[in-house]
Amino acid sequence: MSTSTITETTQYLTFKFDNEHYALEISKVREVLDFIKVTKIPRTPDFMRGVINLRGNVVPVVDLKLKFGMAAIEKSVDTCIIISEIKVDDNDTVLGLMADSVDEVIEMEPKNIEHAPQIGMRLNTEFIKGVGKRSDEFIIILDIDKIFSADELSYANVLQEKESDKKDSFNAEI
Amino acid sequence: MSMERHQAVFREEAYELLAELEKVLLELETTPDDVELVARIFRAMHTLKGSGAMFGFDAIATFTHELENIYDNVREGRLQVTKELIDLSFAACDEINVMLESNEQTVHHEQIGKITAGLHSLLRTNEPVQTDTNIQSEKTQQQNNTASVSNDMSSSPTTYFIRFQPQPELFQNGTNPLLLLNELADMGECHIFAHMDKIPNLEKINPEECYIYWDILLTTTQSANDIQDVFIFVEDSCKLKIEVVDRTDLDEEVDYKKLGEILVDHGDISVEAIQDTLKNRQPIGEMLVSAGLVNEHKVQSALLEQKHVREVREKRLREKDASSIRVASDKLDTLVNLVGELVIVQARLNQSVVGNHNPDLIQISEEVERLSSELREVTMSIRMLPIGTTFSKFKRLVRDLSHDQKKEIALETEGAETELDKTMIEKLSDPLVHIIRNSIDHGIEKPEDRISAGKPRQGTIHLSATHSGADMVIQIRDDGRGLNTKAIQKKAVEKGIISGETELSEKETFQLIFAPGFSTAETVTSVSGRGVGMDVVKRNIESLRGSIDVASTAGKGTIISLKLPLTLGIIEGLLVKLAEDYFVLPLQSIEECVELTREDVARTHGQNICQVRGEIVPYIRLREQFHLAGESPEIEQVVILHHNDYKIGFVVDSIIGQYQTVIKSMGKMYKDIEGISGATILGDGTVALILDIHKLVQQVELVAA
Repeated sequence: MSTSTITETTQYLTFKFDNEHYALEISKVREVLDFIKVTKIPRTPDFMRGVINLRGNVVPVVDLKLKFGMAAIEKSVDTCIIISEIKVDDNDTVLGLMADSVDEVIEMEPKNIEHAPQIGMRLNTEFIKGVGKRSDEFIIILDIDKIFSADELSYANVLQEKESDKKDSFNAEI
Repeated sequence: MSMERHQAVFREEAYELLAELEKVLLELETTPDDVELVARIFRAMHTLKGSGAMFGFDAIATFTHELENIYDNVREGRLQVTKELIDLSFAACDEINVMLESNEQTVHHEQIGKITAGLHSLLRTNEPVQTDTNIQSEKTQQQNNTASVSNDMSSSPTTYFIRFQPQPELFQNGTNPLLLLNELADMGECHIFAHMDKIPNLEKINPEECYIYWDILLTTTQSANDIQDVFIFVEDSCKLKIEVVDRTDLDEEVDYKKLGEILVDHGDISVEAIQDTLKNRQPIGEMLVSAGLVNEHKVQSALLEQKHVREVREKRLREKDASSIRVASDKLDTLVNLVGELVIVQARLNQSVVGNHNPDLIQISEEVERLSSELREVTMSIRMLPIGTTFSKFKRLVRDLSHDQKKEIALETEGAETELDKTMIEKLSDPLVHIIRNSIDHGIEKPEDRISAGKPRQGTIHLSATHSGADMVIQIRDDGRGLNTKAIQKKAVEKGIISGETELSEKETFQLIFAPGFSTAETVTSVSGRGVGMDVVKRNIESLRGSIDVASTAGKGTIISLKLPLTLGIIEGLLVKLAEDYFVLPLQSIEECVELTREDVARTHGQNICQVRGEIVPYIRLREQFHLAGESPEIEQVVILHHNDYKIGFVVDSIIGQYQTVIKSMGKMYKDIEGISGATILGDGTVALILDIHKLVQQVELVAA
């Protein structure tokens, strides 16, 4: 359950998974790239799509849709990679998030943002900071640090071990 | 604000001084009479006291003052260097270290009081000796003597002119003059001129006589007596002349004017007139020779002397200029990163130039390639430090630990000047401490046990560092009891690492000590036997892309060898392709590449082995390992490499070629991926993964077992 309450008017970058609107605090976003070739790293869970070359640095890219149990992102002209800075165990890490499309930067007031409902959400409410309302649409504001907390990362490792035990595909687990 | 910065600088300086102090104290322990060492200790303490007081470290200043007093007494010969003194000094060093670290100067007054009291009592116990004037004066005399000798030793270099003119009979008592000359050449900078004017015509020559004599110019820190000693066995059968030519302290070059210049200044003569006159002048040597006053050889010898003195002076000047600067290491890291990126950009440039037939561009690209590879080498060399800095730390460790455990152990080091990347040295320190601790704790026996085993009382730990190709090999060798294979196996069974029935070779048994949670010491001591031993060491070494190996003979000792790459960051690799992805294999362990056709595979009936010139080599199919989709090509390539003691192949789709690989970390998300040690960026911007071949082989071995 989300415990962080949003008290200030902040800017958000909105993007889409399928036709649903999602948002990230702008302070977490470094830049947005067009989709470029992602090099898959063998023996990693499917949602870890691989790494890209960001001006000479190797940056990991994840597919949140896969992590949330949706279908993998298909490459299209609108596909983007959002380069974000997340905190893992108090260390800043740069991470690329794939999105079906990136929309705009908007401002939302705290009064328009509510806690995520306990039920009826497709994804774990722990990962949601709040749900914003804008005209008739709902925007799900993600708590990106929570998603990639240390436990989640080691969860990926657990999967890996399972994978080496079974020596077969592992994506069903996610 | 600025005071804080100064304090940081002081701290840095102080740590260096303390390291120096420890080093000198260790030396002093072995040679307590060395006055030069005492002087060095005194100087270090004096600096520490002075700068300590200046930057507000008053506690350190007062404390160091006490120490300085003691060493002043030692220097004056009023106090002998004893074990207590050295022990106290070490304790004091540790205390100063603590004081430096604590910002608020939270001083352990108790500890300091103890040390100071100890020092004072040392002074007091020495007093009676002091009144015993006879002995004391003798002692002082002796120390003064050593002082004067060591003063001579450390004096600045002097140039000697030596004429060595042997009697013709020199050869008859079997003397080889060349050996003498070589010995001189070893003493310092040396120029030798052989006079051959005494050699008679061929019909008169007697091959058993020596007609040659030599003029030698030698710049050395050693004294004329030392030079004389070289000729000690031929003194009676030669004429020997040793003269001082150029003492350093005399050669303050006074730039006085030449005669001609003065005359021109005075207006007595015009510049042209002088030049006209000089034009007709021959060099003085030629004039003297043509006047028949000296022969040509003598002149040449004199000219050589001139040249020698000039060279020595120039060299001395150069040495004065060659200085070093202190640079923050993160600046260096940034530099290394930038150079890494430059190498990548250069690879891209190269790739785009190929296929573009512009000769100008090709030339530029080649220039850039040359420059960037030079730049890379220089940058890497900046980060190289002699490994000896860590060695002195181990001396202290061995001293303290062997004392604690009542063992007698000497640490011998070799190759302290071998250079290694700075980060590497820092990261090596802990594993090495662990290994050495193990040697002291488990390896070397107590003196009585050693004697009954027919070994010398004192055990030896030999620490050596050598370069071997692109690797650095560090060996820790002890002459202790060696590894006990039975005890290891028993322990491993107890700990559930292996099952009781497992038959293990000696080598496999030794590998068990690297298993997590393994520790053979029957009693757990403060230093080792906590079960976090060798497995951590092994992991650390592997994280530096190195490997560790053990060899041991029961009763004779143990050798632990670490093999490490010289630099982090950039490696030579072999670029290969698998499906759509690129991978890099470290080139150093690769032996060769062979083709593997479908027929070859069919012939072995599904066994993953291939024949290379009659030898059977097992291989690993990377496509299978990495679950890559798609069909493998008709003809695959097997990269054959060395793993431990055998060959193993990796099957890939195709081989691209050699590639200079800049290693990039893949960040936290991918840090635990086994079998992949990093990533690199190729010329066209794609990311290639660097394979950790040893890990991959180990995994396959595990599955097979």
